[in-house]
Amino acid sequence: MVFGRIFSGIKRGLAKTAGVFGGVFDLLRGKGKVDQAFLDELEKQLYLADVGTQATATIVDRVRQAFRDKEISGEVLEFVKAQLRELLTGPSDGIVYAPSGPTVVMIAGVNGSGKTTSIAKLANRLQREGKKVLVAACDTFRAAAVEQLTVWATRIGCEIVKQGQNADPAAVAHDACEKAKARQFDVLIVDTAGRLHTQTNLMRELEKIHRIVAKQIPGAPHEVLLVLDASTGQNALTQAEQFGKSVKCSGIILSKLDGTAKGGAVFGIKQKLGLPVKYVGVGEQIDDLEPFDPDGFVQALFEKA
Amino acid sequence: MFEGITRSLSEAFKKLRGRGRLTAENIREGLREVRRAFLEADVNFNVVTDFISRVEAKAVGQDVLARVDPSDQIIKIVFEELVGLMGPVDHKIPQRADRPVVLMLCGLQGSGKTTTAAKLALTLKGRGRKPLLAAADLQRPGAVEQLQTLGEQIAVPVYSENTTPVDVCRNAVAQAKRTLCDTVILDTAGRLQIDQELMDELKRIDKLVRPDECYLVVDAMIGQEAANVAKAFNDALELNACILTKLDGDARGGAAMSIKGVTGVPVKFVGMGEKVDKLEDFVPERMAGRIMGQGDLMGIVGKIADIQKEISAEEMERQQKALQEGKFTLDDFRKQFETIAKMGMKDMISRMPGMSDMIPEGEDPEEALKRVQGMIDAMTKKERADPDIIDQSRRRRIATGSGVEPHEVRQFLGQFDQVRMLMKQMSQMSLWQRLKMVTGLGKMGAFMPGGMDNLKLKGDTGHRKSAKERAEERKKKNKKKKR
Repeated sequence: MVFGRIFSGIKRGLAKTAGVFGGVFDLLRGKGKVDQAFLDELEKQLYLADVGTQATATIVDRVRQAFRDKEISGEVLEFVKAQLRELLTGPSDGIVYAPSGPTVVMIAGVNGSGKTTSIAKLANRLQREGKKVLVAACDTFRAAAVEQLTVWATRIGCEIVKQGQNADPAAVAHDACEKAKARQFDVLIVDTAGRLHTQTNLMRELEKIHRIVAKQIPGAPHEVLLVLDASTGQNALTQAEQFGKSVKCSGIILSKLDGTAKGGAVFGIKQKLGLPVKYVGVGEQIDDLEPFDPDGFVQALFEKA
Repeated sequence: MFEGITRSLSEAFKKLRGRGRLTAENIREGLREVRRAFLEADVNFNVVTDFISRVEAKAVGQDVLARVDPSDQIIKIVFEELVGLMGPVDHKIPQRADRPVVLMLCGLQGSGKTTTAAKLALTLKGRGRKPLLAAADLQRPGAVEQLQTLGEQIAVPVYSENTTPVDVCRNAVAQAKRTLCDTVILDTAGRLQIDQELMDELKRIDKLVRPDECYLVVDAMIGQEAANVAKAFNDALELNACILTKLDGDARGGAAMSIKGVTGVPVKFVGMGEKVDKLEDFVPERMAGRIMGQGDLMGIVGKIADIQKEISAEEMERQQKALQEGKFTLDDFRKQFETIAKMGMKDMISRMPGMSDMIPEGEDPEEALKRVQGMIDAMTKKERADPDIIDQSRRRRIATGSGVEPHEVRQFLGQFDQVRMLMKQMSQMSLWQRLKMVTGLGKMGAFMPGGMDNLKLKGDTGHRKSAKERAEERKKKNKKKKR
């Protein structure tokens, strides 16, 4: 039951657009032999889904070795799916909670990746699961970012810790930790300002927030989630690498998966850095955040619209 | 991170050097490298395929020039084709005497429309225009407040009302007429190109307000999706141009090529950084270098030229002379630092692939610069002119004076020694070679095929080598080449 609902969520997100991977589907339905033309077409479809050089080469190579000059059959389709699936991890178990005290979830990402919206959805989701959620508005840099989160907090009815614009984000995080401990919140979600991973000083500011949180609550942050726009290309790898280096990311929220973008970059990220996807954003509504289900993800890529 | 395609190309074309002509056969491997580089830069797959076949058609049949590296020959063709594809660009913004000009911004969520709207307003202000910003993003919470805050920062009026996007746009134009503003910038909500309802809303604004120009705002980090997005928006609105944002990151920005290749819509401006600053003009030559992973050589050349204007000609001449004589002093070094600081250290670094590796982990480049400046400031005139006299006790004094550890002073002096040597060698190079070197500093190997050997140009070894030594050296070189 649960699986069915989750699956349909991803499918709903991807359904509008299965066109691209639908190409592979048609390809695999075709007649003839697995020849160079077939492999070229497979490569093209993988590239068009942003799967990236390395992961694409891996898959095409394996198909070549396994099926060279054999007839195209359902087996090839299953094989490609299995290969894609193998590049991902097991199903996401969502947030890993602290054994006692508040669980701190820190959110990071580049500008415009969808951090604030994802936080609202995540907070809403966790509240529905019966958790008492607090959000910390540590994006004190961008104009009106605090207002944006405040609006969301009011809508979903969770509490928020904030200071004015240009306040020290680490100070806001500090206050939020105090409050979470004193008032026994289950989960504290820390929003941070968007920053490009090449901005050394901003990355250090992020590390500072990380340190402050760890000092306040031992073992925190329990999760550091990188928000990644599904339409991002190969730069996603560098993003994951750099953010991982500075704040030790534990997972990815893949946002905006309701467009035609496939988010194929996550294959490369998993392959190179081992970072798993935990949640996917599949729409603009507050409920449109689903735990990542790799089987459904791969399956949905091949669904016909 | 990525390395430029020059190196992989020169590997692929090694066999070709100095013989015959380029044929489809012998350039295949090299073109595969070019293709890989483009795909890694997120250029749309179909655009890459077309592009490569055009380059192939141009290259095949050309004679391999005797003294030119065939890979350079191919790179030149690729570069020219790229520039031809992405250009030409017109950076003008229309102006009318009888009514305000309307510019509409549109794009996906999070592509940077609101920030870009403010930057565009500031750019217009800099050109002596009087812009008005219209807050037509009623979708995202806080979007209107964001534009208002930004408007305040740059002292540009912002029109907003809590009705519908269409009304906001229409009334903003009326407001502009009343308040004698000559340009209206419409900041619309972000939307997916497949969201029919929201795309229809854009079309309604287009029909009722009749913007003079429509600009698509695109995140430089976007992948293959760029082509679909641009096509859909162009079909709905007939775009005039594109603004590429977040180019201060390390994304290669293949989108510029995808969008022009698929829709014919050129990139007009680029956005660098979150600070509200003017938009920069899009320069195809710079972008071509960036997509090819060669760093922004043209950008650096431009900036250096600007700064050279500020520095007096005599000073330059004096420095050049000092360089040639190998008398590069700490004073000169400090002056160069100031020059780099003027250019914006971070700016310089982000423009050079590989350069960011040079700064120690977690070290702010500007901080590092400041520390070194402090050390130099703590020295006496005599020490600056002749750093060799700095002994332990002088070192200790300098360290106390600049608030660092004595060993840091020693470290710095050691580095300075190397710089001095490099400088001497550089003074014997052509401008192009120098640029190549500057971009490669710290990561020599990657940007200088052949490694340090090329560095020594006219320098001598101090003694005449015997035949045996020469033979040994040759052997070493050959071994290196084979690897």
